[in-house]
Amino acid sequence: MHTSLLLEMAAGAFPERVAIGPLAGGLTYEELSLRAKAAAGWLCGFTGDKVVFVGTNGWALPAAIMASALCDRPFTPLNYRLADPDLRKLLSRTAPSVAVVDDDMLPRLKGVEGVTLLARSDFEAACLEPARRAAELDFVDPDIAVLLFTSGTTGEPKAAVLRHRHLTSYVISSVEFMGSEENEAALVSVPPYHIAGISAVLSGIYSGRRIVYLAAFTPEEWVDAAAAEQITHAMVVPTMLGRILDVLEARGEGLPALRALSYGGGRMPEAVIARALKLLPHVDFVNAYGLTETSSTISVLGPDDHREALSSEDPDVRRRLGSVGRPLPALELEIRDPDGNVVAPGVSGEVYVRGEQVAGEYLHKKAIQSDGWFATNDGGWLDEAGYLFVEGRLDDVIVRGGENISPGEIEDVLRQHPGIADVAVLGVPDDQWGERVAAVIVARGEAPSVADLSALVKSQLRSTKTPETWEFRAELPYNETGKLLRRVLKQELSRTGVPAA
Amino acid sequence: MEFKPGSRLKSSVCSAEVVVVRPPTGDIVLECGGHPVTPIAEAAPEGLALSADHQGGVAAGKRYVDAESGLELLCSKAGQGSLTANGRPLTLKEAKPLPSSD
Repeated sequence: MHTSLLLEMAAGAFPERVAIGPLAGGLTYEELSLRAKAAAGWLCGFTGDKVVFVGTNGWALPAAIMASALCDRPFTPLNYRLADPDLRKLLSRTAPSVAVVDDDMLPRLKGVEGVTLLARSDFEAACLEPARRAAELDFVDPDIAVLLFTSGTTGEPKAAVLRHRHLTSYVISSVEFMGSEENEAALVSVPPYHIAGISAVLSGIYSGRRIVYLAAFTPEEWVDAAAAEQITHAMVVPTMLGRILDVLEARGEGLPALRALSYGGGRMPEAVIARALKLLPHVDFVNAYGLTETSSTISVLGPDDHREALSSEDPDVRRRLGSVGRPLPALELEIRDPDGNVVAPGVSGEVYVRGEQVAGEYLHKKAIQSDGWFATNDGGWLDEAGYLFVEGRLDDVIVRGGENISPGEIEDVLRQHPGIADVAVLGVPDDQWGERVAAVIVARGEAPSVADLSALVKSQLRSTKTPETWEFRAELPYNETGKLLRRVLKQELSRTGVPAA
Repeated sequence: MEFKPGSRLKSSVCSAEVVVVRPPTGDIVLECGGHPVTPIAEAAPEGLALSADHQGGVAAGKRYVDAESGLELLCSKAGQGSLTANGRPLTLKEAKPLPSSD
C-alpha cells in the first residue's frame, strides 16, 4: 500500500477539515492533497531518482513527503544542522536527486554533482499552480518511500530504507482512520529528518488530527505554541520534556487543553516523568519505543500503565515507569542471548522484533534475517507481565574484566541522588580491566562528593559496577534529537579521565 | 485479477474502493455490491446495478477479512455495496485503538 493513499483517504472522507497549521486559515486535507499533486507533477519534470529535503518544519514537509510518494521517488530528508562539509557529503550520496532546500540554506549546498537544487519558495509556488493541481497523475507501483540517514552517534551515517508497505502497515495497524475529534491538534517539534517527523505526518493525516509545526524547538516557544493553538497532543524527547516542565513551573502555567503527551527517543529519567505526572495531572502520558528501522513505535507504555505504576506500592509495578511498556499487538518481540536463544523473563539480552512494519534494511545492505526477525542492537529484558525494559545500545555496554555492565542501571541509581541533574556512565580504556566504569555528572547546585556517590551505587549494585572515574561537567553532549553522544564523552575521557583516589 | 499487497480495486456498482492488505491464498472472486470488483485504473463495466442482497456498505478506514482465504482489505473509500469472496461475506476486523505515540 502506498503512503499517498493515506492522504487521499483523508481528503476523500474529510475534505474540509484542517490538516496543517492554525485552525483559522490552515490547510485542509483537500488543499494539502492538491498541493502534493501539483508538487509531484512539478518534481517529475526534473532528473533525479530521489527527492531530498533540506529545511525546517512547515506545510512544505507533508506536501513534499506526499509528492515524493506520488512520483515514486524516495523522500530523503537531511539534517540541515550538520556542518557544511558533512551535509554536502550526505547530499552527494543521494545523487542523482532533486533537492528541495530552504532558501536561506541554498548557498551552503551549491555545486554538488548530480543534485538539482530547488528553492523551497519555488516548490511552494508550484503547489499553487492551477494547471498542475488539475492534472491527473498516473497510478504508480510503490516501492521505497523514505531514506533516512540514521543519526550516526557512532561512525558514518547509514541510509535506512523504509518502503511504502512498512510505513503503511505501521499506520493502519496502530492508528484509527479519522479517529480524532475535529478540535484535536498535535504540536510537532521533532525535525523532518527524524523517523518521528515522518510518522507524525503519516499518523497525523490518517487520524485526522491537525498538525501544528514548530520550526525549531525552544521550550518557551513550545509552551507558547501549545497554549496559543490549543494543542491537545504532542511528542517530545526526554531532554525537551525536562525543559518544558521548567518553563511551566516558572510561569505557573498548566496547559489545560493538553490531553496526551508522548515521549521517546531516549531514556527518560524517572524523576522527570514523575514530575511531569505531578505537574500535569490531567495529561495522558505515553512512552513510545521504536527505531528508524522499525518504522517508528514498536512498544508503548500507555496512560493507564503510567498511573498504575506511579500509585503502586508493589516495586515490580512501580518500576514499570522506567519501562517502554508492551509491544504493539501487530508485532512479535523476543529477548535473545548472544547464541540466539530466547531468554526467560527478567534476563537481559538483545531485543529482537518481527512484523510487517519492520524494514531492517539499509541502502545496499539488508539487516533483517530471512525469517523476518530484526536484531535491534538494543539490550533489554521483559518482566513477568511482558513489559519491556530497554537498557541501551549494546555498543554502549561496558566490558570490565569480562563482566558486561549496562550503563543504564548505574545511571538510574545515580539519578536518585538529589544533587544530580544529569549523568552519563560509560566505559573508558583501562590497562588492567580492559575497560573501567566512568561517570560524568552534571550537578544540581553544589556538587555531591565522590564518596557519597560511590556509597550510593555500592548500596544498590555489585561493587564492580561502582564508577572508578568521576568527572563533573556543566552539561552533557546531546544531539538535537536528545540522543546522548557517548562517543564524544568516551573520546574526551579516554584522554583526560582521572581515576578516583 | 491481481491480489497483491497494495493492489487497489474499486466496486463496479458503487463508490467503494479497497486496497489489498493481505492477499488470499489461491484464487477468489471478490465482489462488491454483488458484482466482481474492477482494478482501480480500469473502467468498470457499464450497465450493472447494486444487488439488493449486498447493500450492507463499507466504511473508509475499516479492514475487512475473509478467514477462509486469508484475504484482508482496507476500505479506502466508502460505498453502499458489501464485500464477498467466493460468495462468503467479508467480516469487519475489529482493532483496538492504541494510545497515540507520534
